[in-house]
Amino acid sequence: MSLLEIENVTLRFGGLVAVDNVSLKVEQGEVFALVGPNGAGKSTVFNLISRFYDPANGSIRFDGNDLLQHNADQVPSFGIARTFQNIELFEQATVLQNLLVGRHRHRQTGMLSNILFAPKTYREELRHREAVEEVIEFLNLQAYRDKMIGGLPYGVRKVVELGRALASEPKLLLLDEPASGLSVEETQDMAFWIEDIQTQMGISVMMVEHDMGLVSAVSGRVMALSDGKELATGTAAEVQSDPAVIEAYLGTGEISKTGTSRA
Amino acid sequence: MRFVFKTSYDADISLFKHRAQAVWYSLLLLLVLATPLYFVAIGDAYLLGEITGILILAIAGMGLMLLTGHTGLPSLGHATFMAFGCYLNINFLNAGVPWLIAFPLSGLIAGALGTMIALPVLRLHGVYLALATLAMSILTSDFVVIAEPWTGGIAGAAVPDINIFGMEINRYSTPYKFYYLVLFVAILLVWFYRNLLRSPTGRSFTAVRDSEISARAMGINLTRTKAMSFFLSATAAGLAGALFGHSAGYVTNETFDLVMSITLLLMIVIGGLGFIHGAFFGAIVVGIIPVAIANGRTFLATTFDVNINVPGLESALFAFILICFILFEPMGLYGRWLKIRTYFELFPFYRKDMFKRQKSYLKTDRVQ
Amino acid sequence: MVFGRSTVDFLQLIISGLANGCVYGLIALGFVLIYKATEAVNFAQGDFMMLGAFVCIGFTNHEYMGLNFWLAVPLSIIVMGGLGYLFNWGILRHMFGQSQTSIVILTIAMGFIIRFFAGATWSHEPTSLETPFAGQDIRSGGLVLGIDEVLVVVVTAILTLIFFLFFSRTRIGLAMQAASQNQLAAYYMGIPVKRIHSLVWGLSGMVAAVAGILFASKGAIDPSTGLLGIKAFAAAAIGGFGSLPGALLGGLIIGLVEPLASRYGPPGVSQIAPYAILLLILIFRPGGIFSQTQRKKV
Repeated sequence: MSLLEIENVTLRFGGLVAVDNVSLKVEQGEVFALVGPNGAGKSTVFNLISRFYDPANGSIRFDGNDLLQHNADQVPSFGIARTFQNIELFEQATVLQNLLVGRHRHRQTGMLSNILFAPKTYREELRHREAVEEVIEFLNLQAYRDKMIGGLPYGVRKVVELGRALASEPKLLLLDEPASGLSVEETQDMAFWIEDIQTQMGISVMMVEHDMGLVSAVSGRVMALSDGKELATGTAAEVQSDPAVIEAYLGTGEISKTGTSRA
Repeated sequence: MRFVFKTSYDADISLFKHRAQAVWYSLLLLLVLATPLYFVAIGDAYLLGEITGILILAIAGMGLMLLTGHTGLPSLGHATFMAFGCYLNINFLNAGVPWLIAFPLSGLIAGALGTMIALPVLRLHGVYLALATLAMSILTSDFVVIAEPWTGGIAGAAVPDINIFGMEINRYSTPYKFYYLVLFVAILLVWFYRNLLRSPTGRSFTAVRDSEISARAMGINLTRTKAMSFFLSATAAGLAGALFGHSAGYVTNETFDLVMSITLLLMIVIGGLGFIHGAFFGAIVVGIIPVAIANGRTFLATTFDVNINVPGLESALFAFILICFILFEPMGLYGRWLKIRTYFELFPFYRKDMFKRQKSYLKTDRVQ
Repeated sequence: MVFGRSTVDFLQLIISGLANGCVYGLIALGFVLIYKATEAVNFAQGDFMMLGAFVCIGFTNHEYMGLNFWLAVPLSIIVMGGLGYLFNWGILRHMFGQSQTSIVILTIAMGFIIRFFAGATWSHEPTSLETPFAGQDIRSGGLVLGIDEVLVVVVTAILTLIFFLFFSRTRIGLAMQAASQNQLAAYYMGIPVKRIHSLVWGLSGMVAAVAGILFASKGAIDPSTGLLGIKAFAAAAIGGFGSLPGALLGGLIIGLVEPLASRYGPPGVSQIAPYAILLLILIFRPGGIFSQTQRKKV
């Protein structure tokens, strides 16, 4: 059984078909990339997994659980963590606090215990902080530990968001354009981290990315989407040489004619 | 600026950042504990009553701060929860319930009632919460009249004295005891508040404030978290209301009106949204403005023979100060205080843009 | 056509209710405009309305400037439009990007200042606008319709139609909508977001002036009348925030419920009724009657 199984999922916004009968599987321990032109429905697939959107039909199963039976805020408890295309951090909090929110799914104490800061809460805090320090160490965020997000440069924010997702100790990490807006060096760092996340931590990664360099460096399998439909799946090289994919990217054939209408 | 080399997780968790901070707060505690001595010495406790009033406002302010400053939900109806707390307390006391039980119970029931009212709107955008609480606040006076058997309606209700194990406490006959009682409640709530902020529940509140979408993606149940914040907030307001009743001695249907609700909201903004200190700073400003205006009026009348007697001057001045703060110091008085402190700590290396945040475009909040 | 006595009473009630409702609707229209375009909520819209009325009173009433009524009306509309524009340009623009809560608080504070200013300038006594058609009426079948009331209904209907066409047909109207949905994206698309915001505020100041003039021509106004804005809020929420026809409908509902409740209901109900309806709507149909739910894109 695969870790994540998406079967025949379709999502419509009004008359627009954003995701059209897409099926995919992410295996335990692999890095799976979604590529495709803008508006192909890549982020929408993520939002479907996160349960921000309800699909018209199809099924989404994770680790033996039917995700469609659960709300968005229950998804992380199964071990799915994500980042966002346009960075959604908690702006008026420090890096440390952001990462600690990532630990939310592991909390065991309630409001009353928290208000009194009972010994149980104290011990729990120690555990959370230990876990978060490991993430800070792994991502080299020591220098920014107590800085407010509001004043951080873009590249650092991107890393903090990755850290927040990692702090929740997920089984599957959804990265929405992890390299967008990053410099060449930062992108290289990101590639190393993704590899480490996969090999050392044993976390499966699913990512949406435009940077084909990064995609071919880290991913095992790649799926190309266009207009919400699957074009091809395979290794990065296979997908890049697929005629349908080339056509979609170069914008010549049939696909691009419909493609321009959805900008 | 002091660099703290953290060698254990305790350094992050503990209430005070470093030893010096703990010393400063201990000194502050000593000061507020010793304040009544001064009034004993001058033999006039009138001003102490005003200070007690400021503390009560600060307690209500803390309640609203948790909701608005830390969870990002505006409420224009916190005076209503104060009314709940006040009238519940009166009725419990009249029914013979000991104060030590009646007081916390009134707060908790006020919190529960507030949450029940707010629950349907909490799923919606913050503006709707502002509207619903506004409507609630307007209706409060009418409901106090309707519930006359319990509230005394327009004629009002007298608030019984506090009795703790035979010790009678009354604002006028035992002002010092009353001060210490209110101070104790305020400090206790500050301690609870601090605990909350350094634990998962408090972090989930700020997460909801800063990004609902991301909070959900981290596994935070929005409605439950908002309801929790609302409960705690309304509870604090209820407690403040009960104390306010004891301080006023007599309450009518016009005591907890819309102006009070709005004053509370303006107060925490002036104090500094998102900081516990803000509730106290704001309460001090609200306490001082009427005194300052009265003094200014007397001064003008006696020295220049100018009589200014325009209704609404107080609110207008207050509103003006508020607008200046929002425009020039959005972090409020506490933010200004932080900047001044940093300036002296770093002298002469302070830079003007140290606290500057990246300007961002308003992200649409219309999640639903 | 001749109506029975109780029918005439009822119709009379309905008509004055409609006229009141139109004023609420116009105030509501003012902040729905602002909400639609800038996503800010103007809690001072009622006070803008009150100020508009007083500005016109200041121009036309004989104890003040005594200008001709038909000159005073456009003048006050222009003045209020300018004030709205300036309010955004001078104050709100500087808090671009701050949270909505701050904007709500700021406009509440603004309301206090306007109330104080109006009281200090034109006194706290209830004052009526002197109009050429004061006291005139249309009689038909025992029914007496004040021209002022008819005028209110007609002007409101025309204004709503104009705004509806403006937002759905004109380029600038569409640009305003776009600016509200995503400020940053609208900015990138070359829409002058800030100028559009100022324009919308100006526009809503003008609507407020019209509402105020209509209100003061059919009854007395004093500085605390601005608190009517809260009822108009209820109207906007009942109709569904962000919907122009909804704002008008909500206003009419509240306008009609009030006199009917005070006539046929137990005492005190008419004051509570609008807010009670608001709370009920918020609980059972949270988005309002014309609910427009939108999802945030991530």
